[in-house]
Amino acid sequence: MSVAEVTIPTKPIAKAKPMNIKRKESFFQYARKHWQLYAIFIMPAFLLTVIFKYIPMGGILIAFQDFNPIKGILGSKWIGFENFTRFLNSPDFMNYLANTLKLSIYGLIWGFPVPIILALLLNRLQNRKLKSGIQMILYMPNFISVIVLCGMVRILLSVNGPINMLFHSSLNFMTMPEAFRSIYIISGIWQGAGWASIMYTASLSNASHELKEAAIIDGANIWQQMKVVDWPAIKDMVVIQFILSAGNIMSIGFEKAYALQTDLNIHSSEIIATYVYKKGLLEGDYSFSTAVGLFNTVINVILLVVVNKVVSKMNDGQGI
Amino acid sequence: MNTKTSFKKMCVADKAITLVGNLFLILFVAAIVLPLIYIVVASFIDPVVLNNKGITFDFSKWTTTAYERVIENSQIWIGFRNALVYSVVFTAISVFVTLLCAYPMSRADFRGKGFFKVVFYITMFFGGGLIPTYLLISDLGMLNTMWALVIPGAFSVWNMIIARSYYQGIPKELQEAASVDGADDLTFFFKVLLPVCKPVIAVLILWQFVGMWNSYFDALIYLSSDAKQPLQLVLRAILIQNQPQSGMIADIQSTAARAQLGELLKYATIIISSVPLLVMFPFFQKYFDAGIMVGSVKG
Repeated sequence: MSVAEVTIPTKPIAKAKPMNIKRKESFFQYARKHWQLYAIFIMPAFLLTVIFKYIPMGGILIAFQDFNPIKGILGSKWIGFENFTRFLNSPDFMNYLANTLKLSIYGLIWGFPVPIILALLLNRLQNRKLKSGIQMILYMPNFISVIVLCGMVRILLSVNGPINMLFHSSLNFMTMPEAFRSIYIISGIWQGAGWASIMYTASLSNASHELKEAAIIDGANIWQQMKVVDWPAIKDMVVIQFILSAGNIMSIGFEKAYALQTDLNIHSSEIIATYVYKKGLLEGDYSFSTAVGLFNTVINVILLVVVNKVVSKMNDGQGI
Repeated sequence: MNTKTSFKKMCVADKAITLVGNLFLILFVAAIVLPLIYIVVASFIDPVVLNNKGITFDFSKWTTTAYERVIENSQIWIGFRNALVYSVVFTAISVFVTLLCAYPMSRADFRGKGFFKVVFYITMFFGGGLIPTYLLISDLGMLNTMWALVIPGAFSVWNMIIARSYYQGIPKELQEAASVDGADDLTFFFKVLLPVCKPVIAVLILWQFVGMWNSYFDALIYLSSDAKQPLQLVLRAILIQNQPQSGMIADIQSTAARAQLGELLKYATIIISSVPLLVMFPFFQKYFDAGIMVGSVKG
């Protein structure tokens, strides 16, 4: 869940490790004394991680095979990078890659500033009741499911739906490839911007009150107050959020794209995630699908590292 | 000093910012509320009228047929029941495992923390992907069972980090006092630590519950039998695939009337399926800010 992204492995805590004098006891002495920490506290999470996260990583090997489920990984034929070259050379490759990148990059450009703007505006509201009322409305769409959201979108945009009635037109938006991205991004902002503004609102409430008073006494106008007081309070959060979203460009979700897909808008709505699903689970081409998925993951990791480097350069060496 | 300034005393630039800003807020709120109101109102209107003229406030044209038909349909209720079971079981397992794991990870003296950190954090950026995970679930015999939905994703590293940060904000004296009293780690955790961590527990419960309730992908790939489908898959058939449950419209003779009623059923389905979460969430609202603060202060 995106809100969970607020916390980042914290550096100060790692640094603040106390120089424990009793540290001389060996690991085994420590583990014997605190066996519960290992056997009860960590064990469930550790086992779940190893079984459901690391074993599938081993399963990636089938990307380099002509995998046959009956023969298993050991019995299937190794074919090297054939699946990858097949994907990279297929005529659809550029289309799917471009669809994935466009959808998430445009989504980032349009969607990223909205929660920040909302939080800054909410922060200026002086009537507390009004503020929390608006917040409540802004958070609400986050609790609507992807399926219901897409169902609503289809209803509102249908040929004789309210949008067409309003403009006296009869466009069938869901069948237009050129409308897909706008629908996806606007509905995403509609649903998520309010919720995403929470963490900026929280950071803003941490802003120094004295600083704000001082700024007002000095005659700072609203713009200057935002620049001097509000922006510094949320800057770190903005940087972290930006790195995380930019690093997730390739991992754009399957659920919504698939629910907004129609046979006619497929040219712009088929992204790598939906393609992996169709190839792998609907057509049973396990190896090829795994190769495509791996390609996606690797690009994503590279992006995350690069974005983190670039942003931390711009932000005085402060990245994640 | 009072930081409030009346609108009249502002300079021109401030007035402009305030006006444009408030206009933006109003438009945004309207954009959220109007579609929702439209769906609610439209769900009560006679399908023929709705199809030809749009919504009307002539109450003689209002009807509750759609709701009656949706409520009478058993598949919706099966979906509700399944979604409730999956969400409750998933939330219980997930929050418990996450809270447990966060405890050693929050302790400065925990030996092996570095190792576990690496093991956990890697999974945030790299994974096996769809097919290898699917094959594993299949090999484990979990296909078409609830366990395929509630076990594999139960441990969330993000949530563990949030819980860990919260624990670290609890005064160290509590633990020292407990260990002087001879309490072992388990006793301390359940008797002392968890009771003072209610806000973060509430937030984790809410996130996990809502996340499971609203998702459909795992159910789509792992569950095959109708009797096990959660609500979202039932909704998907009605809202996305235009396949109303056969019992809902089977008695209507004309194809056109059937199609119109099918449309109306969508509105009622949306309302009925969304109401439980929308009603629930204000009760959790007081925890949102607290829970988020946990993360942001430490982050």
